[in-house]
Amino acid sequence: MADITLKINGADRKVNVSPETPLLWVLRDTLQMTGTKFGCGIGSCGACTVHLEGSAVRSCLTPASDAAGKNITTIEGLAASGLHPVQQAWIAEEVPQCGYCQTGQIMSAVALLAKNPQPSEDQISQGMSGNICRCGTYDRIRRAIHRAAGASTKQGAQ
Amino acid sequence: MSPISRRGFLGATAAAGAGLVVGFYLPHKSSFGSPFGDSNTIFSPNAYLKITPDGKIIVVVARSEMGQGVRTALPMILAEELEADWKQVSFEQAGASTLYGDQTTGGSASVRTTWDPMRKAGAAAREMLISAAALEWGIPRSACKAENGSVWKAGTSTGLTYGALANRAATLPIPSDPPLKQAKDYKIVGKPIPRLDTPAKVTGNAVFGIDFRLPDMKHAVMARSPVIGGKVASFNDQESKKISGVSFVGKVGDSAVAVVADSVWGAMEGRRVLNVTWDDGPNKDLNSAAIFDGLKNSASGKAVTLYSVGDTTKVSGRHVEAAYQLPFMAHAPMEPGNSTAHFQGDKCEIWSPTQVPQDCRDSAAQALGLDPDQVKVNITLLGGGFGRRLEHDYAVEAALVSKAINGPVQVLWTREDDMRFSSYRPASYHKLSAALDGQGWPIAFTHRIVAPSISGQKGFPIEGGIDPDLKDEAPLIYSLPNASLEYVMTETPVPLGWMRSVYALQVGFASECFIDELAAAAGKDPLEYRLHLLAKDEDIKYFDATWHTARMRGVLQLAAAKAGWGKPLPAGHFQGIACFGCFSSYMAEVVQISMENGKPRVHRVVGAVDCGQVVNSNILEQQLQGGVIFALTNALRAQITIDKGRVVQGNFGDYAPIRMGEAPSVEAYFVTSTEAPTGVGEPSVPPLAPALCNAMYAATKKRVRALPILA
Repeated sequence: MADITLKINGADRKVNVSPETPLLWVLRDTLQMTGTKFGCGIGSCGACTVHLEGSAVRSCLTPASDAAGKNITTIEGLAASGLHPVQQAWIAEEVPQCGYCQTGQIMSAVALLAKNPQPSEDQISQGMSGNICRCGTYDRIRRAIHRAAGASTKQGAQ
Repeated sequence: MSPISRRGFLGATAAAGAGLVVGFYLPHKSSFGSPFGDSNTIFSPNAYLKITPDGKIIVVVARSEMGQGVRTALPMILAEELEADWKQVSFEQAGASTLYGDQTTGGSASVRTTWDPMRKAGAAAREMLISAAALEWGIPRSACKAENGSVWKAGTSTGLTYGALANRAATLPIPSDPPLKQAKDYKIVGKPIPRLDTPAKVTGNAVFGIDFRLPDMKHAVMARSPVIGGKVASFNDQESKKISGVSFVGKVGDSAVAVVADSVWGAMEGRRVLNVTWDDGPNKDLNSAAIFDGLKNSASGKAVTLYSVGDTTKVSGRHVEAAYQLPFMAHAPMEPGNSTAHFQGDKCEIWSPTQVPQDCRDSAAQALGLDPDQVKVNITLLGGGFGRRLEHDYAVEAALVSKAINGPVQVLWTREDDMRFSSYRPASYHKLSAALDGQGWPIAFTHRIVAPSISGQKGFPIEGGIDPDLKDEAPLIYSLPNASLEYVMTETPVPLGWMRSVYALQVGFASECFIDELAAAAGKDPLEYRLHLLAKDEDIKYFDATWHTARMRGVLQLAAAKAGWGKPLPAGHFQGIACFGCFSSYMAEVVQISMENGKPRVHRVVGAVDCGQVVNSNILEQQLQGGVIFALTNALRAQITIDKGRVVQGNFGDYAPIRMGEAPSVEAYFVTSTEAPTGVGEPSVPPLAPALCNAMYAATKKRVRALPILA
């Protein structure tokens, strides 16, 4: 066990866990932040996606000690207040069905758009390839990403 | 699932001053067709409409939300008749109660079985509110009009809100047969109204089973026998107990050892180093090859007739035959199995993402040695269901572990647990034969289905050797002079379960691939061939249901028109078509592919459904798109294989669902109809695989007769 300080959504959170504990379980079980989901435990499905220094990572494979001192963003802290434009796009396109994978999908989409504000169809396929949805919401995820990209263009123009 | 008797189907159950509460009864599939039961016994509602004095309209139903939109669609049906203001309407999740009727969510039944009772409950409340307003104003009812959440003095802007009228309405008798609206007057039903559950699902606030928390709750994972049917011989927990946070290791039942810790990670680490010696039992040599040999050999065994017309044995013509084979498949919902339980001596409370709250309650009670009314089951959101959560296993395990540690616990299945200890779609073998006349039309058609019975394995009664699910999922909807549909029931030790579209996937695949083979043998276009067999308006009686060739023709024509069937395609693109009816709905799909390195790449799927009156066109599109993507995974890669008695596949690496890059665009269309609504969760699944394989034939002139395609 070790004392680790995690910088989550802008706030320092001190936890006492085994250093190899995946960030996913620290978030869910130690800090009770359950918006980040467990899907596969092997980094294959993307349900556990969070941002580490702005990049999408699989928290189920990220040891807590590796995340110490770095900026961690989870779905709970995606927007400083209200909803992030990508979350707004998700609502506008009525993306979720069961909804379980959607927080991870949104985290991947935000990271994709941060790097590439106007992704092509292929770039969306590539950028979202790490996230599985068993309800088959892919058509609407694609539409929501385009919608969010359009919104960011408008914001940029202002 | 015992039938619930009641005096009538509506009843007021208001406490003074609490507003208007109308209780009503929702039947499920098992009582579909005779929803009102015995007319002489006690009224026992399983759903409620509450109108509070402050104007909230709450629909309370024990149907599980697993992505299919029941929390929005069911209130819409009621709100329509109520003339409610949709903004005031909300859904409340009821849990299992011994008082309630069947609360199972499955069989694409939530809308089709609740359509009438939901409408009548809303209409009854509307009539009571109108009467209350008439009394309030001292005017005749005919001078009052219900609209947009208020009753109005007709022709004026003077009105009283439903909230203001609720207490008075609660004192009035409930009309037993309130008038229902005409479809042309609908303001809510049929509209693409946004789902009520969407915002919480994009913020991370939605509480799925895995997210539920109790104070001082522990986390547990289970070590289960890797061989099907094996048992724990002994275990050594010395290493497990060295893991930080592990507080308990113990046998639960005959076949599992629970590892309990402060966190999921601690429990998983404890399990990783746990040393269990297993008694493998009788299935240690079981493997997939032997299972398929057994199915094939059983094809010549004793069959029961599901459907028969004319006499296929007395027809001579050009003979065509083919055999098809489908593997076991796993549901693999994104939320792995879990349940939370708190056992407290003479009672136990359970929180579970379940489709069967009552089965969880009864099974947990039995396992704990309690009466069912000492167990309370709460339904959380479900992170996908697809039929997997029609099993009670997660809930019973949680209850037993809670009892063992005498405290609250959440049992979590890892992805590997979910894949390896599931209840699988049955593997099946299909033998089809036909006789064609001089023009190539089928004058005899025989389909023999060989598969183990899900219900039979679970110990449910099997009448006449026929698995009951085949009665809802295997109609042969073509005009054929001589046809026979037969079933050979087999047995398997591999655990079986109901998976989205159940046997319709297997039956539809074999049947619709074979029809395509007949069209090819006749040298005719696959669409024209099907339309010819549907040209005559015919009612086809299949068990309790009557299917209409005209409705199947309608969806085929719609899908073909929207897909541009027969029109020029981009170079290297090919189309395939298939249609099937199940859960009382009709569905046709056109799949457009190209071949890349010998593998199909699906570019576009066009689906058309006839599901009667559409309740919410937005949710309908979601369900059709989702069913197609689910079915594409089934067709391309989904297979569970058995080796040395063990399930081979373990995670998304070797059981790989469709991802974004492989997902085709899916266009969903529906036939405008005012017939009573029918299922939409499952009917889009069966046509996909045959349409895809038929497209591959168009591209390669080679038939695919076994799934998965990319085996």
